[in-house]
Amino acid sequence: MSMPAMKTEITPVAIPQTPSAAPVVSIAPKRVPRAETYAKMAKEAAVRVVPPLIVVALLLVVWELICRRAGSSLPPPSKVFKDTKELILDPFFDHGGIDKGLFWHLSASLQRVAYGYSLAAIAGIALGTLVGQSVWAMRGLDPLFQVLRTIPPLAWLPLSLAAFRDGQPSAIFVIFITSVWPIIINTAVGIRNIPQDYRNVAAVVQLNPLEFFTKIMIPAAAPYIFTGLRIGIGLSWLAIVAAEMLIGGVGIGFFIWDAWNSSHISEIILALFYVGIIGFLLDRLIAGLGKVVTRGTAAN
Amino acid sequence: MQAYLKLDHIDKTFTRGSATTEVLKDINLTIEKGEYVSIIGHSGCGKSTLLNIVAGLTGTTNGCVLLENREVNSPGPDRAVVFQNHSLLPWLTVYENVRLGVDKVFAKTKSRAERDAWVMHNLSLVQMAHARDKRPSEISGGMKQRVGIARALAMEPKVLLLDEPFGALDALTRAHLQDSVMALHQKLGNTILMITHDVDEAVLLSDRIVMMTNGPSARIGEVLEVPLARPRKRLELATNPAYLKCRQRVLEFLYERHSFVEAA
Repeated sequence: MSMPAMKTEITPVAIPQTPSAAPVVSIAPKRVPRAETYAKMAKEAAVRVVPPLIVVALLLVVWELICRRAGSSLPPPSKVFKDTKELILDPFFDHGGIDKGLFWHLSASLQRVAYGYSLAAIAGIALGTLVGQSVWAMRGLDPLFQVLRTIPPLAWLPLSLAAFRDGQPSAIFVIFITSVWPIIINTAVGIRNIPQDYRNVAAVVQLNPLEFFTKIMIPAAAPYIFTGLRIGIGLSWLAIVAAEMLIGGVGIGFFIWDAWNSSHISEIILALFYVGIIGFLLDRLIAGLGKVVTRGTAAN
Repeated sequence: MQAYLKLDHIDKTFTRGSATTEVLKDINLTIEKGEYVSIIGHSGCGKSTLLNIVAGLTGTTNGCVLLENREVNSPGPDRAVVFQNHSLLPWLTVYENVRLGVDKVFAKTKSRAERDAWVMHNLSLVQMAHARDKRPSEISGGMKQRVGIARALAMEPKVLLLDEPFGALDALTRAHLQDSVMALHQKLGNTILMITHDVDEAVLLSDRIVMMTNGPSARIGEVLEVPLARPRKRLELATNPAYLKCRQRVLEFLYERHSFVEAA
């Protein structure tokens, strides 16, 4: 999904950038004092950056060649950039209604995700703890979860529209219901896998249930919880775009749908690029947070 | 003998499905205040179960544990445990691991500053004050076990329970820690109940050695007094006739009268 989108952005940048990566490598060794460290760092950066740049540049060239012909149904990267230049350069305009810059669409979508996902994180960790801790809760709830989690996000939308009679809470509910299952299931596994030793320590120290939850359960299960949270954020970002296409209003999903209705294919491609990048950043954000929070836990 | 800790007619039966296994049968033991008692036996004889019963982590089928004539049947800091695999919480620093127990036990009796000082005091007792901000993954096995001991000591337990505390350590580290525990026992006068399968360790450290028969239905086979004056020195004891005699008695018990059938 994000592949063609990535091409759009890099078109103007990639070609001058590929050669510019080489000078970075060659400049570094000229410095005498810490030359070697810099050279090493530059080399490492180059090793990571250059291959994807080459691949992206190649794909852009192929795309350009394929879509350049007259009568092609999709625009080539050069045309995408030309068409969407204004949207790229000024993401903050607001002409009222839904005629807003991409920044506003993305921030509206992110806001919905923030609400729905936060609720899912809280409910997911709480329910996951319950299911992980109590055999009876697991026996009662687990089959239910296993069935409910297979329902596609959009299938919930009509039901939530019927219940809330409004687009905004319905979209938030869809985010919630999409991302809550992996959080519940991973938290439950994490809680179930807490070593008996830690429980014994808590028993000897006589931690009360609340202290046991915050001081033992959460840190011990944190690696699992963050796995669930990471899957959850990915799913919510997938679901929001689809849900917004249906509920309308401001949001990146509706922006895409609107662009399709007005046959602005270039705008769709640009939007897909942003959706991909933001999805990637959200994933990195949760992964980074997980790394900070679970520091020490994984390496026992 | 004045009973400080008393194990009174303890039976323990594990039931799994329809199968029941009697692990311990009619265990009677009284321990004086300040005494160092070791329980030795072949693996699988239920000695760890016995320690867990004293700690309150496992319930008894019959009988009870009395501490200062009061029945104890749930875990508590008055019977702090040093676990075999140290069981430090990996997400807490050395300091925080000890502080966790201290904060609970002395929540009302000590101020924040006093608790901090008490944690540091206990870490210095085991020579681990320098590693206060390290995480368990950053220190060696012996150091982890020292912190485990500090955590238990810091709760000011009435009885300190050691569950094969040196089992997972190499021989040199083990000897070093044994000396530390002896020094601490000398200095603080704790009542200690230790599980071990190491004959030398039992004789070196204990006032009395409780030898258990093989399971199932393990009983106390024999209790041996170790008539060696403290402080004991590892090197001097190597040639001490009383030490050798005790060692001989335990070995005879374990390898002649109750040799471990499955071991071969």
